[in-house]
Amino acid sequence: MASPTLPFLEPIENLRAQIRELEHASAGSKPSAALVKTRRVLASTIDSVFSSLTPYQRCQVARHPDRPYTLDYVKALFSEFTELHGDRRFADDPAVIAGFAVFDGDPVAVVGHQKGRDTTAKLYRNFGMPRPEGYRKALRVMELAGRYRRPVISFIDTPGAYPGIDAEERGQAEAIAFNLMEMARLPVPIIVVVTGEGGSGGALGLGVGDRILMLEHAVYSVISPEGCAAILWKDQARAEDAARALRLTAKDLKELGVTDEILPEPGGGAHMDPQAMAKTVEAAVRRNLKQLRRVRPDTLVVRRYKKYREMGMVTVR
Amino acid sequence: MTAQTEGVPKGLWIKCDACREILYHREVSANLDVCPRCGYHFRIGAARRLDLLFDNQRYKKFFGRIQSADPLNFVDSSPYRDRLKTYNRKYSGSDGVVVAQGEIEKQGAVVAAMEFGFMGGSMGSAVGEKITRAIERCLDRKLPLIVVSASGGARMQEGILSLMQMAKIAAGLARMRDRRIAYISVLTDPTTGGVTASYAMLGDVNIAEPGALIGFAGPRVIEQTIRQKLPEGFQRSEFLLEHGMLDLVVPRQELKATVARCLKFFR
Ligand SMILES: [Zn+2]
Repeated sequence: MASPTLPFLEPIENLRAQIRELEHASAGSKPSAALVKTRRVLASTIDSVFSSLTPYQRCQVARHPDRPYTLDYVKALFSEFTELHGDRRFADDPAVIAGFAVFDGDPVAVVGHQKGRDTTAKLYRNFGMPRPEGYRKALRVMELAGRYRRPVISFIDTPGAYPGIDAEERGQAEAIAFNLMEMARLPVPIIVVVTGEGGSGGALGLGVGDRILMLEHAVYSVISPEGCAAILWKDQARAEDAARALRLTAKDLKELGVTDEILPEPGGGAHMDPQAMAKTVEAAVRRNLKQLRRVRPDTLVVRRYKKYREMGMVTVR
Repeated sequence: MTAQTEGVPKGLWIKCDACREILYHREVSANLDVCPRCGYHFRIGAARRLDLLFDNQRYKKFFGRIQSADPLNFVDSSPYRDRLKTYNRKYSGSDGVVVAQGEIEKQGAVVAAMEFGFMGGSMGSAVGEKITRAIERCLDRKLPLIVVSASGGARMQEGILSLMQMAKIAAGLARMRDRRIAYISVLTDPTTGGVTASYAMLGDVNIAEPGALIGFAGPRVIEQTIRQKLPEGFQRSEFLLEHGMLDLVVPRQELKATVARCLKFFR
């Protein structure tokens, strides 16, 4: 898929284009010497670009237009996905998907933010920025999961909750707040997978769980680097500095005790090989779900409380 | 510093931010820091708030020794660590919130009053920890909790850990609901961002002071997103009441009595 290339990814994109041409030329026969060589160059180029990725570049990988989105994972991990719609109060929010699905033969609930791929879809999905209805729809399905003892898998990928007049009028803050409280006491396992952008409260509103898994190049932050730079440095162009200061990468979050597990991405990022990425996510969800299914519901809720109780860093004078 | 940011400033005469009237300071102060001409509610600090809520201005403070560490070694125009020191000196270590226990019209209660002057009342690890401990104290002693919010939201300088305080406190409030321990949220000017999107909106009863700015996104962010001017009164207490997000908008003079009546119901 043609998409505007990020400057630091340009060498990789060019090599991929060359390889596609060479593959086409040597289709059916043995790979040409040039093809073998170019593949090797690609591998080493990916290594060198990704080994020195700055935190802000990682944000850009997390926002890459070809990055797999929630419905791509849903298609790859589950069967019989039945999407459910509406919050029964006001509307259906396409920026959030929710529904029933089958994982390894067992019913589960799936919720997540959904971004759009082309311009029409982007607008339809509101760039993955939910309105209150999105949070309320997700909670409705999660409450069904709680009632019927089905685990919840939540996919996080949003720039943030939508900052608009209508969203404020209908209680954006209340919708997120209520989800935090209800997810804290849902009596079934909740596995959260941060696949791309974890945009502040808009992410957390679907993101309270027993296990927080994060893709290697995903980011999760209290504020976007651009927003932070504008406020603290009074200069949006200082996003690079803000991204570094905020410590928003998967590795940072693991060190800060917010993320439980980092899921390695294919060379060059999830968009280079979405199928391989989905396999990794699938295996991690399976492993964690197996552990959590053994835990009694009340123990699960107590442990979840303790997990969040621990978060933060204070000193006692 | 203007009256807008720091309650009624010291000095004999002050100017009301709303009606521009020149007022005698003692008169405003005696009127609970509300403009006697137009009813504008000046912002007040945590100590004053506790004095106004508790009987005979008597209460015991808790968790005053808890302060935010600097988990990220955050540096913008100056190191966060230095900034914390300065504010802690100025606000005797309150770090965004002061927790106290006392009686409100003879009913025992724990109050957590946010300190807007302390880095915009931003919520970092210390605010999260102190409110969580307040919740746990209420659970242990079956006491109702009142949180008076005044905050611009999560404290950026603590990154993701400040965001997680929202989940931490909400999880505590879930326990309060399960055990039927009352929680009253009082929203004052301003209450925005991560504080609104967690405990400020989760009261069994949500009460706001008149004219307070209350919202999820800040007005400037919204204006930039939708590229149009916001309507008059947008995100003010009265607007939220109209849209069903608040139970009551109550002037400061009636706040204590209103809280006390609610506590009676929950007792
Ligand atoms: Zn006035």
